[in-house]
This record gives sequence, C-alpha cells and structure tokens, in this order.
Amino acid sequence: MQEVLRIEGLAKTFTLHLQGGARIVALDGVSLSVAAGECVALAGPSGAGKSTLMRCVWGSYGAGAGRILLRHAGGEIDLARADARSLREIRRTAIGYVSQFLRVIPRVPALEIVAEPMIAAGMAAEEARERARALLLRLNLPEALHALPPATFSGGEQQRVNLARGFGPPRRLLLLDEPTASLDPANAEVVVGLIEEAKRAGVAILGIFHDQAVRDRVADRLFELHPVRERA
Amino acid sequence: MTPLLEAAGLQLRFGRITALEDVSLTLWPSEVVAIVGESGSGKSSLLRVLSGLQRPDAGRILYRGADGSLHDVPALSEATRRRLMRSEWGFVFQNPRDALRFSVSAGANVGERLMAAGWRHYGRIRQEVAQWLARVEIDPARIDDDPARFSGGMQQRLQIARSLITRPRLVFMDEPTGGLDVSVQARLLDLIRGLVADLGLAVLLVTHDIAAARLLAHRIMVMRGGRVVEEGLTDRVLDDPQHPYTQLLVSSVLAA
Repeated sequence: MQEVLRIEGLAKTFTLHLQGGARIVALDGVSLSVAAGECVALAGPSGAGKSTLMRCVWGSYGAGAGRILLRHAGGEIDLARADARSLREIRRTAIGYVSQFLRVIPRVPALEIVAEPMIAAGMAAEEARERARALLLRLNLPEALHALPPATFSGGEQQRVNLARGFGPPRRLLLLDEPTASLDPANAEVVVGLIEEAKRAGVAILGIFHDQAVRDRVADRLFELHPVRERA
Repeated sequence: MTPLLEAAGLQLRFGRITALEDVSLTLWPSEVVAIVGESGSGKSSLLRVLSGLQRPDAGRILYRGADGSLHDVPALSEATRRRLMRSEWGFVFQNPRDALRFSVSAGANVGERLMAAGWRHYGRIRQEVAQWLARVEIDPARIDDDPARFSGGMQQRLQIARSLITRPRLVFMDEPTGGLDVSVQARLLDLIRGLVADLGLAVLLVTHDIAAARLLAHRIMVMRGGRVVEEGLTDRVLDDPQHPYTQLLVSSVLAA
C-alpha cells in the first residue's frame, strides 16, 4: 500500500507568554504513517495530544520539530515547513479536516457551506451542489434545512453539515476529529459507511474516535499516544 | 502565477516616531490579507504606503498591472496613480464620507466611477448602478435618494458598491466596519465576504477586529510598533499564536 502521510519525530510545545512563559509539551517525537485506503485511529487519554497532532497536520498548529510528509502531486511536501500559500493549496486539493465543531459563516446556507470546498477543488458548481444535497440527505438532514444557515441548527445537525463538507471533495487524506461525537446511532452508521467508501476509494484517514464500536469497525490499526509527562 | 503586489524593506518615520520598520509583504491574486494591530501599530501607514498615498523613506513596492507591466508604486506619476485608482484599485474607508459625495444622489456616487472608467451610455450606467445597489442590499428604488439620509451601514454599503462596480483587482480596506453597530457590522462583513469570493478580489484589509480578520482573511499579519511581529495562515496565527503580543490580542477576544 502506498504511503500517503509520514510523520517523523513530530514535537509540539506551547509557550504561554501571558502565563509567565509557561511551557506545555504536547507532543514529543511522534512518528507514524498512514497508507492509501488505511484508517489509523489515534488513541490515548485526554491530554495525550491527539487533537494537537491532527491540527499540526492540518496546519492550524505549527509543528515545533520534525517532519510531516504528504505525498502530493507526484512528489512529497513537508507540511511542517510549508508556507501559508502552499498550505492553502494543499487544503484546497488534498487534505480534508472534520473538526468537532462547525465554524458557522453567517447567512451562508448549509448547502453552500457543503458545496464550497468541492467548487474550490475544481468541481462544476451544479455538480457540487447536487453532491452536497445528496450527502446532506444521506446524513438525514432534511431538504428544508439545506437553504438555511446552520447557525440555528442543533449540535448534531451542525456536525452533519461539517461531515458532508469534509466528505464532499475528493481527498488524499482525511482528518476526522470525533466525527460521531454528537450523532445518534443511525447517523453514526451513515458516517461508518462514508468512511468505508472513502477507504475503498484509496483515501488515507487519520481519526480520533471516542465511540469504540465505531472505531473497531473503521480503524485498521490504533496508534497510541501517551501524555508526555508520563512518558518521561 | 505572479504576485500582484510585492513590498520589501519598507521604512517610514515621522520625526522620532517609527511608523514602519522593515516591513515586507507579498500579495497574490485573489488573496485576502488582514493587517491587524492596535492604533499606532503602523497598519494604516502601511496601507497608505502600499497604495502610493505616502512615500516610504526606504524600501520597494512593485505592483503588477492587468497588462502585466510592473509599476514602482512610490515612483508612480500622479497621472498613473490616478488611473490605477480609477480602474484597477479600489478603496473602502472607515468613514464613508471620505469616499462619498453628499451633494449628489446615491446612484450618481456609484455611477461616476463607471463614467470615469469610460462608460458613456446613461441608460446602461443607470442599469448597472441599480444592479450594484441590489447587490449591496440597497433597494434600487432609492437610486435617486440623497446618501446623507442613509444609515451608517447603508452608506458603507454604498461606498462598497462605488468601489467595486469597476471590478478592481486590488482593494484596500481600512477598518471597513469601524464605526458601525455590531449587528450592522456582521451583515457588512458577510456582504464583503461574499463579494470578495464572487469577484476573486485581492484585498488588503486593515482592522483591529480579530473576528473580521478570521471571517475574511486567508492570511494575517500582526503589527506592533511599526513591525510585523507575526504572520501566517489565518487559523494558524489565531489558534496557535507565537508572539506574546499576538497571544494577548487573541486572548482579549471573546470566543464566538
């Protein structure tokens, strides 16, 4: 299986200047890889750095040390060193990230929020909206809600908009942070189906799954993270 | 693709006060960059220098025009600068009074930009203006109204229509939501976000409003004391700020 993501010696320390320069070591020398069509689940207690690791790959956190190598466009790019412009391009074309919470954009309807990354990735607008509609319906979000901005939606409904947005465009790597956290069993089942389809399409998936039943079904292997203090 | 605007080593002093100290910036087509910082950080000076309104003491600024030619911004002739401001550049000021004329109608304020760009047919100008009024959520029936009677939010939207109707490639915005009520700010930001995306505009946005920067900008530059203390992807700068000042700025904002 072709390797899509290889993380080597990733370290991340937060320096809190407003708290007298306190330093929190979140990750210290983490190495792992994810292949095409493989789902790796990050495991470990809360505070072990699971979400931090995901954010370092996504680029919303800067890596302190180490390399985050993504196979992309026939070559390899080190996301730990990529500039803002390259990261934007990678996000547009190669990596999807489903965070736990939808960042709502005022006045933008759910359907447009879902279609937007597909259009940005080069899909025709009509095709993107059709796929957005199908994904939202599959996630049991009734058509009447598609034209509404999700600001007033419940947590579970917002999460489903977020999932539809994440699974819409073709991706090489998907980052899923607790994708079923606020979903009922029926919708969690839909997400399992989406993950299985993505794997069959060769997408590499790195996820955090609180729900162990879901994790056991989708994950090919676990990668255990330990809080740094305990490891010392 | 080549950058739209490239600046390097900008210096500007007013007597003993340093307004800009070794500031560099590259802006690409369709990119929105927010310049954030408190009053006196140099962010507005930077906007004035980049748009040729103020000559820097040192440094270079190159603008690549629509025809591919490179312009040395501080050395632009007044005629060329005026031409760019009429055609390829747009400005949105904090105070709509700085851009609008209250002696003529709302429609004339927007339409005169088209006339300056060479439009001659009155009916077509009026039609285009009406479309733009609707686009900025002003009832086209108010085309002949006196803009002095508009609310602050409407005046700001009118200024945006005036600025964007000629389809500029690069728009300089200085605190565009500055003096407005919070509810009006949200609507205006959202309108700007939609227009910028639809038109593929490159924008330099000066603001002290972190939420506005989060919503609109692809990249953020944080300025303090005339220097850029931190810059990067918007979510990187706001979610993982490195510089003590950026951490202070981000922690001062209520989570939304």
